[in-house]
Amino acid sequence: MIPAAFEYAAPSSIAETISLLQDHGDEAKILAGGHSLLPLMKLRLAAPGILIDLGRVRDLAYIRDGDGHVAIGPMTTHYMLESSDLLRQRLPLLSTAASTVGDMQVRNRGTIGGSLAHADPASDLPTVVTALRGQIVATGRNGDRTIAARDFFQDIWTSALEPDEVVTEIRIPHGTDRSAYAYEKFRQRASDWAIVGVAVSLDRQNGSIERASVVLTNVGTTPVTATGVEQALAGQEANAETVRRAAELASDGLDPSPELKASPDYKRHLARVLTRRALANALDLS
Amino acid sequence: MNKHAISVTVNGQQHQNDVEPRLLLIHYLRETLGLTGSHIGCDTTSCGACTVLLDGKAVKSCTVLAVQADGHEVTTIEGLAAADGSLHPMQEAFWNEHGLQCGYCTPGMIMTSVALLDRIPDPTIDQIRTGLEGNLCRCTGYQNIIKAVQAAAGAMSGAESGGRS
Repeated sequence: MIPAAFEYAAPSSIAETISLLQDHGDEAKILAGGHSLLPLMKLRLAAPGILIDLGRVRDLAYIRDGDGHVAIGPMTTHYMLESSDLLRQRLPLLSTAASTVGDMQVRNRGTIGGSLAHADPASDLPTVVTALRGQIVATGRNGDRTIAARDFFQDIWTSALEPDEVVTEIRIPHGTDRSAYAYEKFRQRASDWAIVGVAVSLDRQNGSIERASVVLTNVGTTPVTATGVEQALAGQEANAETVRRAAELASDGLDPSPELKASPDYKRHLARVLTRRALANALDLS
Repeated sequence: MNKHAISVTVNGQQHQNDVEPRLLLIHYLRETLGLTGSHIGCDTTSCGACTVLLDGKAVKSCTVLAVQADGHEVTTIEGLAAADGSLHPMQEAFWNEHGLQCGYCTPGMIMTSVALLDRIPDPTIDQIRTGLEGNLCRCTGYQNIIKAVQAAAGAMSGAESGGRS
Protein backbone atom coordinates (compact mmCIF):
# COMPACT_ATOMS: atom_id res chain seq x y z
CA MET A 1 0.00 0.00 0.00
CA ILE A 2 1.30 3.39 -0.97
CA PRO A 3 0.13 6.70 0.52
CA ALA A 4 -1.48 9.36 -1.66
CA ALA A 5 1.13 11.83 -2.91
CA PHE A 6 2.13 14.63 -0.54
CA GLU A 7 4.74 17.35 -0.21
CA TYR A 8 7.44 16.95 2.41
CA ALA A 9 9.27 19.49 4.55
CA ALA A 10 11.97 18.82 7.11
CA PRO A 11 12.38 22.02 9.17
CA SER A 12 15.37 22.44 11.47
CA SER A 13 13.64 24.38 14.25
CA ILE A 14 10.31 24.69 16.05
CA ALA A 15 9.94 28.28 14.75
CA GLU A 16 10.27 27.02 11.18
CA THR A 17 7.81 24.21 11.96
CA ILE A 18 5.19 26.71 13.20
CA SER A 19 5.68 28.92 10.19
CA LEU A 20 5.13 25.92 7.89
CA LEU A 21 1.98 25.02 9.86
CA GLN A 22 0.71 28.58 9.39
CA ASP A 23 1.44 28.47 5.65
CA HIS A 24 -0.32 25.17 5.03
CA GLY A 25 -3.18 25.15 7.57
CA ASP A 26 -5.40 22.07 7.42
CA GLU A 27 -3.33 20.52 4.64
CA ALA A 28 -0.39 19.94 6.97
CA LYS A 29 0.30 17.10 9.39
CA ILE A 30 3.29 16.81 11.70
CA LEU A 31 5.36 13.65 11.24
CA ALA A 32 7.02 12.42 14.44
CA GLY A 33 7.76 8.66 14.56
CA GLY A 34 5.10 8.02 11.93
CA HIS A 35 3.77 4.85 13.52
CA SER A 36 0.19 6.10 13.79
CA LEU A 37 0.11 8.50 10.84
CA LEU A 38 1.87 6.49 8.12
CA PRO A 39 -0.36 3.39 8.54
CA LEU A 40 -3.43 5.64 8.20
CA MET A 41 -1.96 7.27 5.10
CA LYS A 42 -1.15 3.89 3.55
CA LEU A 43 -4.78 2.84 4.09
CA ARG A 44 -5.79 6.21 2.55
CA LEU A 45 -7.72 7.04 5.71
CA ALA A 46 -5.59 10.17 5.87
CA ALA A 47 -4.23 12.14 2.92
CA PRO A 48 -2.46 15.29 4.14
CA GLY A 49 -1.13 17.63 1.47
CA ILE A 50 2.16 18.10 3.27
CA LEU A 51 4.08 16.28 5.99
CA ILE A 52 6.25 18.37 8.29
CA ASP A 53 8.90 16.02 9.65
CA LEU A 54 10.22 16.83 13.14
CA GLY A 55 13.08 14.37 12.60
CA ARG A 56 15.57 17.12 11.74
CA VAL A 57 14.76 19.42 14.68
CA ARG A 58 17.47 18.97 17.29
CA ASP A 59 16.99 18.20 20.97
CA LEU A 60 13.39 16.99 20.92
CA ALA A 61 14.18 13.52 22.33
CA TYR A 62 15.02 13.74 26.03
CA ILE A 63 13.91 12.77 29.53
CA ARG A 64 15.04 15.31 32.13
CA ASP A 65 14.45 15.72 35.82
CA GLY A 66 12.84 19.13 36.38
CA ASP A 67 11.56 21.08 39.36
CA GLY A 68 8.85 18.79 40.78
CA HIS A 69 8.29 17.09 37.45
CA VAL A 70 9.95 15.04 34.74
CA ALA A 71 10.19 16.85 31.38
CA ILE A 72 9.97 14.68 28.28
CA GLY A 73 10.70 15.80 24.73
CA PRO A 74 8.02 15.05 22.13
CA MET A 75 10.31 12.92 19.93
CA THR A 76 11.22 10.63 22.84
CA THR A 77 10.53 7.09 21.64
CA HIS A 78 8.64 4.42 23.55
CA TYR A 79 11.94 2.55 23.79
CA MET A 80 13.58 5.53 25.48
CA LEU A 81 10.69 5.67 27.97
CA GLU A 82 10.86 1.96 28.66
CA SER A 83 14.64 1.94 29.19
CA SER A 84 15.02 5.19 31.17
CA ASP A 85 16.45 4.75 34.68
CA LEU A 86 15.08 8.17 35.65
CA LEU A 87 11.54 7.13 34.72
CA ARG A 88 11.87 3.74 36.37
CA GLN A 89 12.75 5.57 39.54
CA ARG A 90 10.43 8.59 39.30
CA LEU A 91 7.48 7.40 37.19
CA PRO A 92 7.56 3.62 36.84
CA LEU A 93 4.00 3.60 35.50
CA LEU A 94 5.09 5.45 32.36
CA SER A 95 8.08 3.21 31.61
CA THR A 96 6.09 0.03 32.29
CA ALA A 97 3.17 1.13 30.11
CA ALA A 98 5.53 2.22 27.30
CA SER A 99 7.10 -1.26 27.33
CA THR A 100 3.70 -2.75 26.44
CA VAL A 101 3.11 -0.60 23.33
CA GLY A 102 3.24 -2.58 20.06
CA ASP A 103 6.50 -4.47 19.62
CA MET A 104 10.23 -3.70 19.72
CA GLN A 105 10.33 -2.25 16.21
CA VAL A 106 7.28 -0.06 16.86
CA ARG A 107 8.75 1.17 20.17
CA ASN A 108 11.97 2.09 18.40
CA ARG A 109 10.10 4.56 16.16
CA GLY A 110 6.86 5.58 17.92
CA THR A 111 7.09 8.71 20.09
CA ILE A 112 5.25 10.07 23.11
CA GLY A 113 4.51 13.39 21.37
CA GLY A 114 3.12 11.61 18.33
CA SER A 115 1.03 9.27 20.42
CA LEU A 116 -0.51 12.13 22.44
CA ALA A 117 -1.12 14.42 19.46
CA HIS A 118 -2.68 11.54 17.52
CA ALA A 119 -5.22 11.23 20.39
CA ASP A 120 -6.32 7.69 19.65
CA PRO A 121 -8.51 6.51 22.57
CA ALA A 122 -7.12 2.97 22.08
CA SER A 123 -3.52 4.12 22.72
CA ASP A 124 -1.88 3.51 26.07
CA LEU A 125 0.11 6.69 26.63
CA PRO A 126 -2.80 9.19 26.52
CA THR A 127 -4.44 7.19 29.33
CA VAL A 128 -1.26 6.94 31.38
CA VAL A 129 -0.28 10.60 31.00
CA THR A 130 -3.84 11.57 32.02
CA ALA A 131 -3.71 9.31 35.10
CA LEU A 132 -0.35 10.83 36.07
CA ARG A 133 -1.85 14.36 35.82
CA GLY A 134 0.58 15.27 33.05
CA GLN A 135 0.74 18.62 31.29
CA ILE A 136 1.30 19.05 27.59
CA VAL A 137 3.22 22.09 26.34
CA ALA A 138 1.95 23.29 22.96
CA THR A 139 3.93 25.88 21.01
CA GLY A 140 2.31 28.05 18.34
CA ARG A 141 2.64 31.51 16.86
CA ASN A 142 1.65 33.07 20.19
CA GLY A 143 4.28 31.15 22.14
CA ASP A 144 3.86 28.31 24.63
CA ARG A 145 0.77 27.26 26.51
CA THR A 146 0.35 24.37 28.93
CA ILE A 147 -2.66 22.10 28.66
CA ALA A 148 -3.62 19.56 31.34
CA ALA A 149 -3.84 16.07 29.84
CA ARG A 150 -7.41 15.84 31.18
CA ASP A 151 -8.35 18.74 28.88
CA PHE A 152 -6.11 17.79 25.97
CA PHE A 153 -8.06 14.84 24.53
CA GLN A 154 -11.32 16.10 23.05
CA ASP A 155 -12.64 13.44 20.71
CA ILE A 156 -11.44 10.50 18.68
CA TRP A 157 -8.17 11.57 16.96
CA THR A 158 -8.89 15.13 18.12
CA SER A 159 -6.79 17.06 20.64
CA ALA A 160 -6.87 20.60 21.98
CA LEU A 161 -3.98 21.59 19.68
CA GLU A 162 -4.66 24.54 17.41
CA PRO A 163 -3.80 24.05 13.72
CA ASP A 164 -0.57 26.04 14.10
CA GLU A 165 0.53 24.35 17.33
CA VAL A 166 2.99 21.55 17.93
CA VAL A 167 3.64 19.55 21.13
CA THR A 168 7.05 20.63 22.43
CA GLU A 169 7.20 19.03 25.87
CA ILE A 170 5.34 16.70 28.21
CA ARG A 171 5.64 17.40 31.96
CA ILE A 172 4.67 14.84 34.54
CA PRO A 173 4.71 15.51 38.30
CA HIS A 174 7.14 13.38 40.30
CA GLY A 175 5.81 10.45 42.22
CA THR A 176 6.68 10.15 45.89
CA ASP A 177 7.27 7.17 48.17
CA ARG A 178 3.53 7.35 48.92
CA SER A 179 2.59 6.85 45.26
CA ALA A 180 1.32 3.54 43.94
CA TYR A 181 0.71 2.72 40.31
CA ALA A 182 -0.43 0.05 37.90
CA TYR A 183 -1.42 -0.31 34.25
CA GLU A 184 -3.49 -3.28 33.15
CA LYS A 185 -4.55 -4.02 29.62
CA PHE A 186 -6.39 -6.89 28.04
CA ARG A 187 -5.48 -7.83 24.50
CA GLN A 188 -5.90 -10.75 22.20
CA ARG A 189 -2.22 -11.38 21.45
CA ALA A 190 1.14 -10.01 22.55
CA SER A 191 1.51 -6.94 20.35
CA ASP A 192 -2.18 -6.13 19.85
CA TRP A 193 -3.89 -2.94 20.89
CA ALA A 194 -5.77 -2.87 24.19
CA ILE A 195 -9.35 -4.14 24.04
CA VAL A 196 -9.65 -2.29 27.36
CA GLY A 197 -6.89 -0.85 29.55
CA VAL A 198 -6.76 0.99 32.85
CA ALA A 199 -4.13 3.15 34.51
CA VAL A 200 -4.30 3.82 38.24
CA SER A 201 -2.17 6.25 40.21
CA LEU A 202 -2.77 6.47 43.96
CA ASP A 203 -1.41 8.65 46.75
CA ARG A 204 -1.38 6.77 50.05
CA GLN A 205 -1.35 8.24 53.55
CA ASN A 206 -1.10 6.11 56.71
CA GLY A 207 -2.78 3.07 55.22
CA SER A 208 -5.47 5.08 53.46
CA ILE A 209 -5.88 6.28 49.90
CA GLU A 210 -5.60 10.05 49.94
CA ARG A 211 -6.19 10.65 46.25
CA ALA A 212 -6.85 8.35 43.32
CA SER A 213 -6.54 8.76 39.60
CA VAL A 214 -8.19 6.04 37.50
CA VAL A 215 -8.32 6.34 33.70
CA LEU A 216 -9.52 3.83 31.09
CA THR A 217 -8.24 3.04 27.57
CA ASN A 218 -10.50 2.27 24.59
CA VAL A 219 -13.93 2.61 26.21
CA GLY A 220 -14.92 5.96 24.69
CA THR A 221 -13.78 8.65 22.28
CA THR A 222 -10.99 9.85 24.63
CA PRO A 223 -9.20 8.41 27.67
CA VAL A 224 -12.09 8.09 30.16
CA THR A 225 -11.63 9.14 33.78
CA ALA A 226 -13.52 6.79 36.09
CA THR A 227 -14.73 9.54 38.40
CA GLY A 228 -16.98 7.23 40.42
CA VAL A 229 -14.06 4.92 41.20
CA GLU A 230 -11.83 7.86 42.15
CA GLN A 231 -14.45 9.21 44.55
CA ALA A 232 -15.10 5.78 46.07
CA LEU A 233 -11.39 5.39 46.82
CA ALA A 234 -10.60 8.86 48.19
CA GLY A 235 -10.11 8.87 51.96
CA GLN A 236 -10.79 5.13 52.28
CA GLU A 237 -8.64 2.48 53.88
CA ALA A 238 -6.43 0.73 51.31
CA ASN A 239 -7.83 -2.79 51.54
CA ALA A 240 -9.46 -5.46 49.37
CA GLU A 241 -13.02 -4.44 50.31
CA THR A 242 -12.43 -0.81 49.29
CA VAL A 243 -10.95 -2.00 45.99
CA ARG A 244 -13.81 -4.41 45.32
CA ARG A 245 -16.50 -1.79 45.94
CA ALA A 246 -14.75 0.94 43.98
CA ALA A 247 -13.93 -1.25 40.95
CA GLU A 248 -17.63 -2.13 40.54
CA LEU A 249 -18.19 1.53 39.61
CA ALA A 250 -15.64 1.46 36.75
CA SER A 251 -18.29 0.80 34.10
CA ASP A 252 -20.77 3.44 35.31
CA GLY A 253 -21.77 5.70 32.46
CA LEU A 254 -19.53 3.92 29.93
CA ASP A 255 -20.89 3.68 26.42
CA PRO A 256 -18.11 2.00 24.43
CA SER A 257 -18.61 1.29 20.75
CA PRO A 258 -18.77 -2.34 19.69
CA GLU A 259 -15.73 -3.83 17.97
CA LEU A 260 -15.12 -7.12 16.22
CA LYS A 261 -13.33 -8.39 19.31
CA ALA A 262 -15.60 -7.01 22.02
CA SER A 263 -19.23 -6.03 22.59
CA PRO A 264 -20.01 -2.97 24.75
CA ASP A 265 -21.12 -5.26 27.61
CA TYR A 266 -17.89 -7.21 27.43
CA LYS A 267 -15.88 -3.98 27.52
CA ARG A 268 -17.82 -2.81 30.58
CA HIS A 269 -17.07 -6.17 32.23
CA LEU A 270 -13.38 -5.78 31.39
CA ALA A 271 -13.36 -2.23 32.78
CA ARG A 272 -14.53 -3.51 36.18
CA VAL A 273 -12.25 -6.56 36.27
CA LEU A 274 -9.14 -4.71 35.08
CA THR A 275 -9.76 -1.82 37.47
CA ARG A 276 -9.96 -4.28 40.37
CA ARG A 277 -6.75 -5.99 39.24
CA ALA A 278 -4.90 -2.72 38.71
CA LEU A 279 -5.91 -1.36 42.13
CA ALA A 280 -4.95 -4.64 43.80
CA ASN A 281 -1.59 -4.66 42.01
CA ALA A 282 -0.88 -1.04 42.85
CA LEU A 283 -1.65 -1.64 46.53
CA ASP A 284 0.06 -5.04 46.63
CA LEU A 285 -3.16 -6.78 47.71
CA SER A 286 -3.61 -10.21 46.29
CA MET B 1 5.15 16.13 -6.51
CA ASN B 2 8.63 17.41 -5.87
CA LYS B 3 11.30 14.80 -5.54
CA HIS B 4 13.77 15.02 -2.69
CA ALA B 5 17.47 14.25 -2.86
CA ILE B 6 18.44 11.71 -0.22
CA SER B 7 21.72 10.17 0.78
CA VAL B 8 21.48 6.86 2.63
CA THR B 9 24.26 4.50 3.64
CA VAL B 10 23.02 0.96 3.04
CA ASN B 11 25.21 -1.95 4.13
CA GLY B 12 28.19 0.39 4.27
CA GLN B 13 27.70 1.84 0.81
CA GLN B 14 26.44 5.37 0.28
CA HIS B 15 23.57 5.87 -2.17
CA GLN B 16 22.20 9.15 -3.51
CA ASN B 17 18.80 9.23 -5.12
CA ASP B 18 15.96 11.59 -5.89
CA VAL B 19 12.79 10.12 -4.40
CA GLU B 20 9.12 10.96 -4.04
CA PRO B 21 8.27 11.76 -0.40
CA ARG B 22 5.73 8.91 -0.33
CA LEU B 23 8.32 6.26 -1.26
CA LEU B 24 8.49 3.78 1.62
CA LEU B 25 11.91 2.64 2.82
CA ILE B 26 11.08 -0.99 1.91
CA HIS B 27 10.31 0.04 -1.69
CA TYR B 28 13.46 2.15 -1.82
CA LEU B 29 15.54 -0.84 -0.71
CA ARG B 30 13.83 -3.39 -2.95
CA GLU B 31 13.03 -1.40 -6.06
CA THR B 32 15.42 1.54 -6.19
CA LEU B 33 18.48 -0.31 -4.87
CA GLY B 34 17.51 -3.84 -5.93
CA LEU B 35 18.03 -5.28 -2.43
CA THR B 36 15.18 -7.78 -2.41
CA GLY B 37 16.28 -9.68 0.70
CA SER B 38 13.92 -7.65 2.91
CA HIS B 39 10.38 -8.88 2.30
CA ILE B 40 6.97 -7.24 2.30
CA GLY B 41 4.50 -9.35 4.26
CA CYS B 42 1.49 -7.65 5.80
CA ASP B 43 2.38 -4.09 4.79
CA THR B 44 0.59 -2.92 7.98
CA THR B 45 3.40 -2.77 10.62
CA SER B 46 2.38 -6.15 12.01
CA CYS B 47 4.41 -9.04 10.59
CA GLY B 48 8.00 -7.80 10.73
CA ALA B 49 9.12 -9.39 7.42
CA CYS B 50 10.43 -5.98 6.28
CA THR B 51 12.55 -5.40 9.42
CA VAL B 52 15.91 -3.71 8.79
CA LEU B 53 18.31 -1.88 11.08
CA LEU B 54 18.14 1.92 10.96
CA ASP B 55 21.16 3.33 12.78
CA GLY B 56 21.45 -0.09 14.45
CA LYS B 57 17.83 -0.23 15.67
CA ALA B 58 15.29 -2.70 14.29
CA VAL B 59 12.49 -0.93 12.40
CA LYS B 60 9.67 -2.03 10.11
CA SER B 61 10.69 -0.50 6.80
CA CYS B 62 7.09 -0.56 5.48
CA THR B 63 6.37 2.19 8.04
CA VAL B 64 9.35 4.47 7.44
CA LEU B 65 9.59 6.89 4.52
CA ALA B 66 12.78 6.81 2.46
CA VAL B 67 13.12 10.57 3.09
CA GLN B 68 13.21 9.86 6.84
CA ALA B 69 16.29 7.68 6.27
CA ASP B 70 18.15 10.58 4.61
CA GLY B 71 21.55 10.91 6.29
CA HIS B 72 21.14 7.66 8.21
CA GLU B 73 22.55 4.14 8.03
CA VAL B 74 20.54 1.09 7.04
CA THR B 75 21.56 -2.54 7.38
CA THR B 76 19.60 -5.21 5.53
CA ILE B 77 19.94 -8.99 5.52
CA GLU B 78 22.34 -8.59 2.57
CA GLY B 79 24.68 -6.65 4.82
CA LEU B 80 25.12 -9.28 7.53
CA ALA B 81 27.51 -11.77 5.94
CA ALA B 82 31.22 -10.93 5.88
CA ALA B 83 32.90 -9.73 2.68
CA ASP B 84 34.27 -13.24 2.06
CA GLY B 85 30.74 -14.64 2.13
CA SER B 86 30.97 -16.28 5.55
CA LEU B 87 27.64 -16.05 7.31
CA HIS B 88 26.83 -13.94 10.37
CA PRO B 89 26.52 -16.16 13.51
CA MET B 90 22.76 -15.47 13.53
CA GLN B 91 22.41 -16.69 9.93
CA GLU B 92 24.54 -19.73 10.78
CA ALA B 93 22.35 -20.46 13.82
CA PHE B 94 19.06 -20.21 11.87
CA TRP B 95 20.54 -22.69 9.38
CA ASN B 96 21.88 -25.13 12.00
CA GLU B 97 18.78 -25.05 14.20
CA HIS B 98 16.29 -25.22 11.31
CA GLY B 99 14.85 -21.85 12.32
CA LEU B 100 12.92 -21.58 9.05
CA GLN B 101 10.73 -23.52 6.71
CA CYS B 102 9.42 -21.43 3.83
CA GLY B 103 11.89 -18.65 4.66
CA TYR B 104 9.57 -15.72 4.00
CA CYS B 105 9.80 -14.26 7.51
CA THR B 106 13.47 -15.18 7.93
CA PRO B 107 15.21 -11.93 6.86
CA GLY B 108 13.05 -9.97 9.32
CA MET B 109 13.44 -12.58 12.06
CA ILE B 110 17.21 -12.50 11.69
CA MET B 111 17.47 -8.69 11.67
CA THR B 112 15.24 -8.41 14.76
CA SER B 113 17.23 -11.15 16.49
CA VAL B 114 20.51 -9.37 15.75
CA ALA B 115 19.07 -6.15 17.23
CA LEU B 116 17.77 -8.08 20.25
CA LEU B 117 21.21 -9.55 21.04
CA ASP B 118 22.72 -6.10 20.64
CA ARG B 119 20.52 -4.96 23.58
CA ILE B 120 20.45 -8.23 25.54
CA PRO B 121 23.50 -10.38 24.70
CA ASP B 122 22.36 -13.37 26.76
CA PRO B 123 18.54 -13.31 26.69
CA THR B 124 16.22 -15.70 28.51
CA ILE B 125 13.62 -17.60 26.49
CA ASP B 126 11.00 -15.10 27.69
CA GLN B 127 13.14 -12.19 26.55
CA ILE B 128 13.57 -13.80 23.13
CA ARG B 129 9.81 -14.36 22.81
CA THR B 130 9.08 -10.76 23.86
CA GLY B 131 11.83 -9.41 21.61
CA LEU B 132 10.40 -11.23 18.60
CA GLU B 133 6.73 -10.40 19.28
CA GLY B 134 6.72 -8.08 16.27
CA ASN B 135 7.72 -10.86 13.86
CA LEU B 136 5.24 -13.45 12.67
CA CYS B 137 6.11 -16.91 11.33
CA ARG B 138 3.39 -19.17 9.96
CA CYS B 139 5.57 -22.31 9.53
CA THR B 140 7.90 -23.12 12.37
CA GLY B 141 5.84 -22.71 15.51
CA TYR B 142 8.71 -20.49 16.70
CA GLN B 143 10.52 -23.16 18.79
CA ASN B 144 13.44 -23.54 16.40
CA ILE B 145 13.67 -19.78 15.93
CA ILE B 146 14.10 -19.41 19.68
CA LYS B 147 16.72 -22.19 19.69
CA ALA B 148 18.53 -20.39 16.87
CA VAL B 149 18.65 -17.10 18.81
CA GLN B 150 19.96 -18.95 21.89
CA ALA B 151 22.60 -20.71 19.77
CA ALA B 152 23.67 -17.42 18.18
CA ALA B 153 23.88 -15.77 21.61
CA GLY B 154 26.19 -18.58 22.74
CA ALA B 155 28.31 -18.40 19.60
CA MET B 156 28.59 -14.60 19.72
CA SER B 157 29.54 -14.46 23.40
CA GLY B 158 32.09 -17.23 22.74
CA ALA B 159 33.54 -15.24 19.86
CA GLU B 160 33.86 -12.14 22.04
CA SER B 161 35.61 -14.00 24.83
CA GLY B 162 38.31 -15.34 22.59
CA GLY B 163 36.37 -17.46 20.14
CA ARG B 164 35.27 -21.02 19.86
CA SER B 165 37.11 -22.77 17.15
